[in-house]
Amino acid sequence: MTPFDPVALPGSNNPDMTDHVSGIALRANAFGWWRIATVLPAALTSGLIGSILYLFFAGVGIWGIDWPVAWGFAIINYVWWIAIASGGTFISALFFLTRSEWRNSINRIAESMTLFGAACAGIYPILHLGRPWFFYWLFPYPNTMDLWPQFRSPLLWDFFAILTYVTSSVMFWYLGLLPDLATLRDRAPTRGKQVVYGVMALGFRGTSSQWRHYRVLYGVLAAIMAPLVCSVHSIVGLDFAGAATVGWHSTMYPPFFIFGAFLSGFATVLLLIIPMRRLLRLERYITGRHLDVMGRLLLTSSLFVGYAYIMDAFNTYYGGEKAEITMFQEKLFGYYAGIYWATVLFNVLLPQLLWFAAIRLNELVVALVSIGVIVGMWCERFTIVVVSLHRPRLPSAYGLYHATIWDWLTMLGTVGFFVFGILLVVRLIPVISMFEMREILAPRRP
Amino acid sequence: MAAIFSPAANLAAKLGLIGAAGLVLGGMSWWWLWPRTDYVRHNSWFVEQPVPFSHQHHVAGLGIDCRFCHTTVETAGDAGMPPTYTCMTCHSQVWTNAAMLAPVRESLANNTPIPWRRVTDLPDYVYFNHKIHIAKGVGCESCHGTMQDMPLSQKARSLTMGFCLNCHRDPAPNLRPPEAIYDTDWQRTPDTPSPAALAQQYHVGGRTLTDCSICHR
Repeated sequence: MTPFDPVALPGSNNPDMTDHVSGIALRANAFGWWRIATVLPAALTSGLIGSILYLFFAGVGIWGIDWPVAWGFAIINYVWWIAIASGGTFISALFFLTRSEWRNSINRIAESMTLFGAACAGIYPILHLGRPWFFYWLFPYPNTMDLWPQFRSPLLWDFFAILTYVTSSVMFWYLGLLPDLATLRDRAPTRGKQVVYGVMALGFRGTSSQWRHYRVLYGVLAAIMAPLVCSVHSIVGLDFAGAATVGWHSTMYPPFFIFGAFLSGFATVLLLIIPMRRLLRLERYITGRHLDVMGRLLLTSSLFVGYAYIMDAFNTYYGGEKAEITMFQEKLFGYYAGIYWATVLFNVLLPQLLWFAAIRLNELVVALVSIGVIVGMWCERFTIVVVSLHRPRLPSAYGLYHATIWDWLTMLGTVGFFVFGILLVVRLIPVISMFEMREILAPRRP
Repeated sequence: MAAIFSPAANLAAKLGLIGAAGLVLGGMSWWWLWPRTDYVRHNSWFVEQPVPFSHQHHVAGLGIDCRFCHTTVETAGDAGMPPTYTCMTCHSQVWTNAAMLAPVRESLANNTPIPWRRVTDLPDYVYFNHKIHIAKGVGCESCHGTMQDMPLSQKARSLTMGFCLNCHRDPAPNLRPPEAIYDTDWQRTPDTPSPAALAQQYHVGGRTLTDCSICHR
């Protein structure tokens, strides 16, 4: 494996690739490892459902939130997940527009990651509402109260951005699946699978007029999705920057959040493709080139994030605002200091290993760095949300925050749900976009 | 290879799509219209009362003023429901043996209030004050309808937040001269002072009546 590997190893061709990839989805029985791997995520997902039901019954008082820290795990995890989701869109949409060939084999998994990441993210703001059954009040509809939402609040635009993003992600993901679903339909061994994949393929037969329409639509959606990543994450940043809270009220927040989105998204893609290429025998299509490119992207976004951390410190001390400095000192040396330094270690220092080509190709180290980044990004969100809120301007309002068992169950539940979703994708649909791979592979067996 | 789907599948798919679109449209219309129906708002609903009190008879027929029974309407947030003694002002003398009035006599004998049930009910999170509305020239009829025409009391207005805001956003046209406040038949005449003049007379305006805290405290 070298950084100079081609995007598919020599000798790869369309028939072999299609046989192999569609064979994974059409297997009669699941892999043994798949059965074992689904147990824990399924249990965690059940825990998620249970804790949500209990939350609806008992209210947000079961969480650790209180004054002054009224935004807790729900917001931390929301931002964390939506960041992870955004990285996937970056790969599937932006690098489609740049016609990067290495994207073709990891695009499906990146999009699926976006889909389930956004689903996990989308749960939290609704749970966070306290009265979740009124979530539709966020939507400006002609109601009997004659009330409109506050259009000047970023929180409202956050709702629009997320809604647009989730809807577009689902459409983009499904549209990208159509030709492959048609392939599965044509190869399905049983009548049941034929019908299910046939219905899902929406009558895609691969005629030239269908392809013509398909390519236009896919291109348009990709062109919409790429800027959406930025809009959705800028708005998430503005949710914070719009408040006059210590440490949040900064024009740097929108780009800072986008940097974080790239970092966590690339890390998650790496963490997914590394085991997958081995377990599903995809080494031929996910090569050293892919690991190298993703490693470089991870390193680059890590440098961006590092820059944002430095500017965060610089702005605080250059600005000289007393409350800001107090809060920042607290961040560096206070009760939650460990979490801040973990953020710096995992997001900035550890990824510097990726300067070395040998390390970028060492799957174990890259996986560990990626896990570190995912943990680090969570720590970053924790620091942003909790540390700022626990040191407001008035010393009389200082307070601490501790998560409860329900916070953890909900959080681990979404992790389980995410993994469960990815495992379902692995089981039921082609994990590699076959029709896009056909564009770069040899058409026939040698 | 045999075809997976018969030609009928095309029709089924189209019907499915049309059905889905119909569901979405129907759902949205329902969402929009349903809360506005009289049924949901309990508009024109009668409420079962311990005694079938007729405002039509007492107000239109006998000419009793609203304030004879609802004594605190000018001085307190609550308009006040009459104690049994008020009923007995007359009914200790007239219809003393009417079966319909048995609960009133029992109430007096047992010294327990008559459990009247509220017809025009606002949610508990709304702070409504009768006194200020009367003092600023809002007539009873604006919210309660033509009570003197009701043999049994019924809710006359939707009382949605939109209904309240409709007036709070522009109160002037709904103001009436002091002598017309309790007149449920009152109509604006050419002699009536203009809405602007009334607003000035009552010192209405200069304060944002649509602030949340005006009604939600």
